[in-house]
Amino acid sequence: MNADLQREDEEIRKEFPILTPDEAYLDNSATVQKPQCVLEAMEKYYREMNANPLRGLYGLSVKATDAYESAREAVRSFINADSTEEIIFTRNATESLNLIGYAWTADHLKPGDEILISIMEHHSNLIPWQQAAARTGAVLKYVECDKSGSISEEAFRAALTPKTRLVCMTEVSNVLGCKNPIRQFAAIAHKNGAVFVCDGAQSVPHMPVDVKDLGVDFLAFSGHKMYGPMGIGVLYGKKEILEDMNPFLFGGEMIEYVTRDSATWNELPHKFEAGTVNAGGAVGLHAAIDYMQRIGWDTIIRREDHLTQYCMEQMQELPYIHILGSDRWENHHGIITFLIDGVHPHDVATILDSMHVDVRAGHHCAQPLLKFMGAMSTTRASISFYNTEQDIDHFIDALKKVRPEMGITE
Amino acid sequence: MEHSSTFYNEIVTDHNLHPGHKHAVSDADYELEGVNPSCGDDIILQLKIEDGIVKDGGFTGDGCAISQASADMMLDLIIGKTTEEAKHLSDIFLRMIKGNITDAERDELEEAGVLQDISHMPARVKCAVLGWHTMDEIIDHPEKAESKSGDSKPGSGFTAMRGQN
Repeated sequence: MNADLQREDEEIRKEFPILTPDEAYLDNSATVQKPQCVLEAMEKYYREMNANPLRGLYGLSVKATDAYESAREAVRSFINADSTEEIIFTRNATESLNLIGYAWTADHLKPGDEILISIMEHHSNLIPWQQAAARTGAVLKYVECDKSGSISEEAFRAALTPKTRLVCMTEVSNVLGCKNPIRQFAAIAHKNGAVFVCDGAQSVPHMPVDVKDLGVDFLAFSGHKMYGPMGIGVLYGKKEILEDMNPFLFGGEMIEYVTRDSATWNELPHKFEAGTVNAGGAVGLHAAIDYMQRIGWDTIIRREDHLTQYCMEQMQELPYIHILGSDRWENHHGIITFLIDGVHPHDVATILDSMHVDVRAGHHCAQPLLKFMGAMSTTRASISFYNTEQDIDHFIDALKKVRPEMGITE
Repeated sequence: MEHSSTFYNEIVTDHNLHPGHKHAVSDADYELEGVNPSCGDDIILQLKIEDGIVKDGGFTGDGCAISQASADMMLDLIIGKTTEEAKHLSDIFLRMIKGNITDAERDELEEAGVLQDISHMPARVKCAVLGWHTMDEIIDHPEKAESKSGDSKPGSGFTAMRGQN
């Protein structure tokens, strides 16, 4: 055990009150734990500056507005958007994608138009398009990956047609952990005349994501997967596209003038933020971004890469374990989904739970992908930089006990 | 590290690895597919019922150890009993899973009583009750579950349990 690494582990983990050495939390793709500074920032907001933002003409409301809008600026800077007008706060990535699924598709898709998504999409980047297709008469098409999770440029080009209006793709698969070449695919989609939506739920917490570098039209992600609270998410959209869209939800704060019969819409981004906003959540997300920047991408990526390799190489030595997707740890980005011969994934998760290892089992909200991969359900371990080699040792030790626990002898 | 107890005791693992009733019943009168969408448990339960008595039964399909062992233990209990007795046992089993049962009632369930602790694991309840729920459907709605004799294609009927995503 490297003494420097151990010191770093201790420095990081002391900021997370919920983490203990006795429990290996490896469900980080579902949600991550929160550092003390995020909890304190939210408490401070409610203790010292809570009022309804953007409305009140008194000092406290101005404080709340400043806190909320400075969170928007922090998000803008984090993903390198041009303007805070392009940053819309939502509940989560799912709501962000649904916003596009209603508000953009309604005026931009007609019968026969095509929506292209990949086979590896989470249900949140799949069902909104199924539903939009059903409402507009557009056709939903899929581009498939190979067994390692890779989508080739040829396959992507072949799936595009002159009728493709919208392409929606995740940057990192929540099941296979593979990373799609978003910059390359977005450029191809644009040449084809399509708008490109990127689901960043599994990438934004783990790697620098720059919307201008990627060239995407929309990016959706969730605060709770990046050390912020639940209930706050982000939709980035290019200004000219957002301006050309009607609102998603209607009500307070998204309007300009209202008469008995009609209304005009507020300017961006408020046009898409109807009703009282989640200012406390935005403040928590701001603190989470500050926290991630304090730790730094170098540290986050070095630790997550190291733990992914450390975990996957040990799993690959066990002949009864089969990992979905690539054989190379470099292609997994902290997400390791697997099967154990002879033991159902739900039994695996329950036995691991009895040994204080927290993993996810099931279809991971990606049923078409699992069917394509030939599995009904699987077990998934997913890593954050706050995990340690001891967490992985604990997990591997427990994995080795699963088959004996189920009465299977070698 | 303390290793808390699981319900994967010898009885459950033995029924899972060496089920006595996991086979097709060629002369079954009724068959119904039971699906637990949240887990992917998927069984086809077949029953031969004559004069109100469960003469024989079996199940095929795939699922977790809890679903498989529970269906196997259920068939141990109900084969040879009347449909009323089978429904009575099912009522006890389902109440046991909700944590609402007397010791005497639990004894009636024999080995199936070992699944009592599932009541503390909400995510696994659907696995434990899948076989029982499917049997209830056959007895309550036999017209939906009539076996097409000579037709080897399983699953003439279908019952899906509501699952969380």
